[in-house]
Order: sequence, then structure tokens, then C-alpha cells
Amino acid sequence: MKNLLRAIVTGVLLTSTFIVNATPEQDKETFQRFYAERFPNLAKEDFVNGVYALDQDARDQWEAMNDFPPYEENLEAGEELFNAPFANGKNYASCFENSGENIRQNYPMFDGKRNMVITLELAINECRTNNGEETLAYKKGALAKISAYMASTSEDSVLNIVIPNNEKALAAYQAGKQYFYSKRGQLNFSCANCHVQNVGRKARSETLSPALGHPTHFPVYRMAWGNFGTLHRRFASCNKQVRAQPLAGQSEAYRNLEYFLTYMNNGLPINGPASRK
Amino acid sequence: MPINALFTALLFTLLSNIAFADAIEGKKIAFDRAKGNCLACHSIDDGEMPGNIGPPLIVMQARFPDRAVLKAQIWDATAKNSISIMPPFGKHHILTDGEIEKLLDYLYTL
Ligand code: HEC
Ligand code: HEC
Repeated sequence: MKNLLRAIVTGVLLTSTFIVNATPEQDKETFQRFYAERFPNLAKEDFVNGVYALDQDARDQWEAMNDFPPYEENLEAGEELFNAPFANGKNYASCFENSGENIRQNYPMFDGKRNMVITLELAINECRTNNGEETLAYKKGALAKISAYMASTSEDSVLNIVIPNNEKALAAYQAGKQYFYSKRGQLNFSCANCHVQNVGRKARSETLSPALGHPTHFPVYRMAWGNFGTLHRRFASCNKQVRAQPLAGQSEAYRNLEYFLTYMNNGLPINGPASRK
Repeated sequence: MPINALFTALLFTLLSNIAFADAIEGKKIAFDRAKGNCLACHSIDDGEMPGNIGPPLIVMQARFPDRAVLKAQIWDATAKNSISIMPPFGKHHILTDGEIEKLLDYLYTL
């Protein structure tokens, strides 16, 4: 019994040492290999469809619904908003590389001058304030529509998140990783409890999706929401499910979480926006 | 003596009625999404749309002859399995001690 205990304790220590010391690149390999072994019949690209990659019945219904995507109108509105000039005559295109087209796959990125993670949504709002405009709300509304339009110009481009080899960037990555694996809320769940450890199982009638594929298709138009929500809105929903305090959109913890989670998804194609029930 | 026997019989019916009522309450607690929501993860009895994250809750008496062991699993599943996904119902005050006792009465009917 004592030996067994010692073995378990050593095991836990080893795993945590391993987790702390692995490089982001090693983490990503381990993460992606886990899902490849768990779902040997799926190709890597299949994961971008979330639960619909796992459940054929749900997929058939979803595909039928997507003959006329429920987000079409909102996506068009996003394009108009993106192209509308600011009061000073400039526009969003002036703030971004490649005029804002086909860049979703590079976000979030680490800003070495300010030592912080910049998500696409944060960059959109900074573009506005730099041009004398008010900020937009982060989780839904006009900003989510603009972000959805920008995602749509990146279709099939491959996620390519960069973690520069400096202490601050690695610290942001580690903080995101820590968040992903830590239990929280009255119900005591980590993100990994549901989306890694119990992936593919059912909580009541909800299949738990793989975290490989999570950030590829946001913003998501959820039927339950009736409009687009950003990735941070989804993080907040998942926090609420376990009776944890949901955080503000673009809070440091959520930006770091997005940095970690999106880096884990490097190599997957962008397929956003998408619809979900 | 007959009076005593009658009394014992009465007391016994009364007590088992209480246990029975508790078991009914316990079932509500197990199925209620805002309470135990055990069905999220376990198939139980005639509960609809159970999840399949945890094992089916069946033949509890035979598998958990010691009520304290069963209570410990519900109180804090992470004591036995540190990465258990099962919420620590007692430790985190998700259910009161009284509710957990009723839940146990119900589980022992399975
Ligand atoms: C109690 C279980 C549970 C926990 C804990 C949980 N989630 Fe979820 N999550 C779900 C369910 C259920 C859904 C909806 C079905 C699906 O897509 O998995 C979902 C959906 C998502 C989606 C959208 C998937 C898609 O394809 O659109 C993302 C992203 C996500 N979760 C991330 C997280 C993150 C990050 C955390 C931790 C902060 C977390 N989840 C914690 C259960 C959970
Ligand atoms: C979110 C998932 C989840 C919920 C909700 C949940 N459980 Fe569990 N339960 C599990 C898992 C997983 C196990 C397997 C052992 C472990 O990991 O602790 C388990 C194990 C058990 C066991 C031991 C069963 C055995 O055969 O060894 C009992 C008894 C139990 N749960 C009762 C309950 C009761 C009663 C409730 C509701 C008050 C409940 N559980 C809610 C996930 C859950």
C-alpha cells in the first residue's frame, strides 16, 4: 500500500515536472498525438468540425442546416462594418497587414514591446481607438461580426501561432496552459477534464468536443445565442457551466488561454465562422 | 409483550416510511440539474438521457456494503482519484449533508 502510494505520488510529480519543463513545441506534439490516438479514424483536418466530426447523426442535421447558413446575414453585416470608413476617413484595412485579409491564422500573437498577447479582437478595438473611435463590446455584437468576416477571408489558411523564445512570451503561454489544466468553480472542473480526459463521452446528451479544433472556426453562430459569439464568449459559457466566475472578454487570463489553446492547434486550417447548436 | 411488539412494528413502519420518503427525495436530488445532476454522467434507474462519463449506478448494496465508503465518494471523489471529474458534492457545499444522506437512501434502493 505504501509502495503503491509512493508510486502514485512519484507519478504525479513526474507528470507535473514533465508539464512544467516541456517546450511549447513538445506540448503541441503530445496534445495532437493524444487526439490522433484517441480517434484513429479521423484525419487531423476533420477536427475543425468539433462534435460533428464525432457524431454522424448530429453531423447530418448540421449539414442540412448549413445549406442556408444561419449566420449569412450577420456575416454580410460584418463585411460592411469592416469596409465602412471611420470618421477620420481611414478604415480597418489601414491597421492590419495585407489590409486585414487572410490574417486570422496568425492570431493571437505576442507583442514583444508591450509584453502581452494580442488577439484579433483586441487588435480590432485598438484599430478603432487609434483612429479616434469608441471601443466595441468583446463577446458579441459588431465586433464579433467584423471578426467573423475577417476569419472568412482566411478560409483554409493554416494556423501558425508563434511563441517567440523569450521569457515573457513563454510566461504568457505557461499561464494559459495552467488555466487549461486547473480545476475551478464550485463543480471543480478543468477545461481538460471535459475536452481532453472525457472527450467524446456524453454529459447528459451533449457530446464533449476535442480541444483540437476549438479555435479554428470562431466566432461561432450558436442557435442558442441567435448571433455570433467570440471565443471568449464560449470560454465564459464553459466557466458558467461549472459555476466558476466567468471573466471579462480580453482579460489577461482569457488572452493567455487563447494563446495556449490556439498554439496547440497549429497546423489546422481556419474554417470560420461556423454554426453550432 | 404484544403491546411491545405492536409498538416495535409501528415504530418500524414509521421508520421505514421515513427512509422510503427520504429515498424518494433522494431520487429528486439525484436527477435535478440544479442539485446532484448525477444523470449528467451516470445512467441511473429510469433517468432519461443519461451521460456516460461515469459507471452506471447499479447494485449499490452489494458493491458498497459500507455506507461510509459510498458517502466518501460523493463527498469528495478527488480524495480517491485526484483528477476525477466527479464534483466534490460535500466538500464544495454543492449538496448539504442532509441531502447527501437522502441521496444515499435512494442509491441503496438501486
Ligand atoms: C463540464 C464540462 C465542460 C467544461 C469544464 C468545459 N467545457 Fe467547453 N464545452 C462543453 C460542452 C458540453 C460544449 C458544447 C459541445 C461541444 O462543442 O463540446 C463545449 C464547447 C466548447 C467550445 C466550443 C466548441 C465548438 O466546436 O464550437 C470551446 C472552444 C470550449 N468548450 C472550450 C472550453 C474551455 C477553454 C474550457 C475551460 C475554461 C471549457 N471549455 C470547459 C463542456 C465543458
Ligand atoms: C461530471 C461527472 C459526474 C457527475 C456529475 C457525477 N459523477 Fe459519480 N462518478 C463519475 C466518474 C468519472 C466516476 C468514476 C470514479 C472517479 O473518477 O471518481 C464516478 C464514480 C461514482 C461512484 C462510484 C461508482 C463505482 O462503481 O465505483 C458513485 C457511487 C458515484 N459516482 C455517484 C454519483 C452520484 C450520487 C452523483 C450525483 C450526486 C454523481 N456520482 C455525479 C462522474 C460523475
